Amino acid sequence: MRKVILGIAGFLTFAGLGSPANAVEVSVSCGAFGVDLQLCTAASQRWAAQTGNTVQIVSAPVNDSDRLPLYQQMLAAHSSDIDIYQIDVIWPGILGSHFIDLKPYSNGTEKDHFPAIVKNNTVNGQLLAMPWYTDAGVLYYRKDLLEKYGAAVPQTWDELTETATKIQEAERSAGNKQMWGFVWQGKADEGLTCDAFEWVFSHGGGSIVEPDGRISINNAKAAKAIDLAASWIGKISPTSTLNDAEEESRGIFQTGNAVFMRNWPYAWSLANSADSPVRDRVGVAILPQGGANGIHTAVLGGWQLAVSKYSKHPKEAAELVMYLTSSDGEKERAIKGSYNPTRPDLYKDPEVLSAVPFFGTLYETFANAEARPSGVTKDRYNQVSVAFLQAVHSVLSGQEAAAPALNNLETSINDIQGSSW
Amino acid sequence: MKTAMPPQNYARVKTAWLFIAPMLIVLAAVAAWPLLNTAYYSLTNARLSDLSDPSFIGLRNYLNYNGYRWSGLLTSPIWWKAVLNTLWFMAVSVSLEVVIGFGVALVLHHQFPGRGLARVISLIPWAIPAVVSAQIWSWMLHEQFGIINDFLMVIGAIETPIAWAAKPSTAMWAIVFADVWGTFPFIALLMLAALQTLPADLYEAAKIDGISPIKVFFKITLPLTMPALVVAVIFRSLDALRIFDLVYVMSGRNPQTMTISVFIRQRLVDFQDIGTGSAASMLLFIIGALVVIIALLTRTLRLSEVNES
Repeated sequence: MRKVILGIAGFLTFAGLGSPANAVEVSVSCGAFGVDLQLCTAASQRWAAQTGNTVQIVSAPVNDSDRLPLYQQMLAAHSSDIDIYQIDVIWPGILGSHFIDLKPYSNGTEKDHFPAIVKNNTVNGQLLAMPWYTDAGVLYYRKDLLEKYGAAVPQTWDELTETATKIQEAERSAGNKQMWGFVWQGKADEGLTCDAFEWVFSHGGGSIVEPDGRISINNAKAAKAIDLAASWIGKISPTSTLNDAEEESRGIFQTGNAVFMRNWPYAWSLANSADSPVRDRVGVAILPQGGANGIHTAVLGGWQLAVSKYSKHPKEAAELVMYLTSSDGEKERAIKGSYNPTRPDLYKDPEVLSAVPFFGTLYETFANAEARPSGVTKDRYNQVSVAFLQAVHSVLSGQEAAAPALNNLETSINDIQGSSW
Repeated sequence: MKTAMPPQNYARVKTAWLFIAPMLIVLAAVAAWPLLNTAYYSLTNARLSDLSDPSFIGLRNYLNYNGYRWSGLLTSPIWWKAVLNTLWFMAVSVSLEVVIGFGVALVLHHQFPGRGLARVISLIPWAIPAVVSAQIWSWMLHEQFGIINDFLMVIGAIETPIAWAAKPSTAMWAIVFADVWGTFPFIALLMLAALQTLPADLYEAAKIDGISPIKVFFKITLPLTMPALVVAVIFRSLDALRIFDLVYVMSGRNPQTMTISVFIRQRLVDFQDIGTGSAASMLLFIIGALVVIIALLTRTLRLSEVNES
């Protein structure tokens, strides 16, 4: 083992000697898998070739809930191993103190991004991260199946339940035994918090903890939303949903075995890739509202790039961040990977719109996505989120009804809150 | 009554201490120090993001009364669910492993063509890292893509696929199944070693007396291999008590299957809450110690029974 380490160290030293004297190595922790990683690697390598520096890509855990603690540990240890971190929209409050202010490097270009995200990334007047791509939950549907059965794109969750049940039954009796009505993310991690947040908010059940710090989750509308979702399990959603994250849902939808899917925009380019069985048969719409008086809700996701305070080359790292978040950088990701740009201008770009038409039709959804309560709960957001998703998961798996579960949840969040947020 | 030690014994005691010292120092460094540290942190409100200045809060991580309601670890239903899950998992998986492992050892103990190959093959599951086998099993058991459901449907055992790892009623069993598959070779290996030390003349005598094989097993094989079995069971039980990888990979943070270790990791890492995480670790340590004590006590009791009869 030691020999191997020495060998690697020796090789790295040797490689370092080979490059020009002023060139540095910048390590980036971006994409976790697939297209995300591929695009990030290609763009970073291009920057390296242009500037003469070298870039090392450190791939991160696929799961957000695993990525955050890893970053927390590295940053708490003041590690200089990673220069650029890709961080979730809910993390600036948690990790902010470990990042440099990017304003000296941005030359005011942050004004070209969505102001809400820039505001989210600005703490105490410091721009701690540049917006890279934004995310919002959307509803994928099978155009061909809706057409075949003369169904409209559902506007409420009840309509979705009805349409999904109808088409699933009809398809199954036509011999398509594997068909399911609706797939989504029920695995007990942050993905479930996002899905459940959308059900609750769209029913008018609030945002778990309100911006003023009030714990609002224990209400009848929220309970109704979660009970409705629990009724899907085993009926229009496979029982495996309880253990499925984004990629498992996409697997079922993309093999042609689901009518509807709740997912992020990234699934669009994959569902339409050359080898996809559902290519050109997929539509994307805004997620349904809860009842006639509900609110169409998409949870705000999205990723930012931040430079570590402990980086040995903050200047070069910040330059790479600016390169990746430039108009061209975001445009490439939008066209090749259907990653939502954070620059409003790109939503009018003809090349982007021809690759991803729903960026145009759902612009309002992306511009007004609803944020999870990370701003108010700060570094205890993770605890609140886990308490919430565990309560929801126990309802989904039939352990208890939503009303008592939310009652207990209110107590748990009270304990997490302590005397104040 | 104290008697003075002869001077040459002092020197011997001194030498003895000198020889023991390295081990004591190592033990203190790798066992006692972390344990004491954890015990200390369990009495503080330390957070992983800032360990420099935790304040002492007594037993409040374990149990706390804030004037109108009790809180703390000992009142948390998720904690108790994790304890129950872990103990259930330990009991079921170790029992199954002992039965299957011992069975395999008895088979491998006999002469048959290809025995060497069979021994190697039976060790393969043990050689696969638990994270890998957990991932393999969770794909094979998956409701939509899994080969197990496909197979069961082809032979007509089930009509619709079953979400083994997601359904609350089968999720724990799926984990037990993967664990038994991965670790029965450990028991088989230890028991095989024990079987090979048994004196052949006992079996010859039993054969001459015409004792039935079942009686031979319970009267000769089992009592003679008991010490090895107890060691194997203690090892496996302690391993099972801190089960983490399989559960974490196969069902994530699902509270229905959460074990103590998954619970502790969530407090320590996800919540950065060193205080309650350490408190939970201390409780796990106590549970582990109790299991060892109970196992050793039953063994001593049994041995004294044997001696008396």
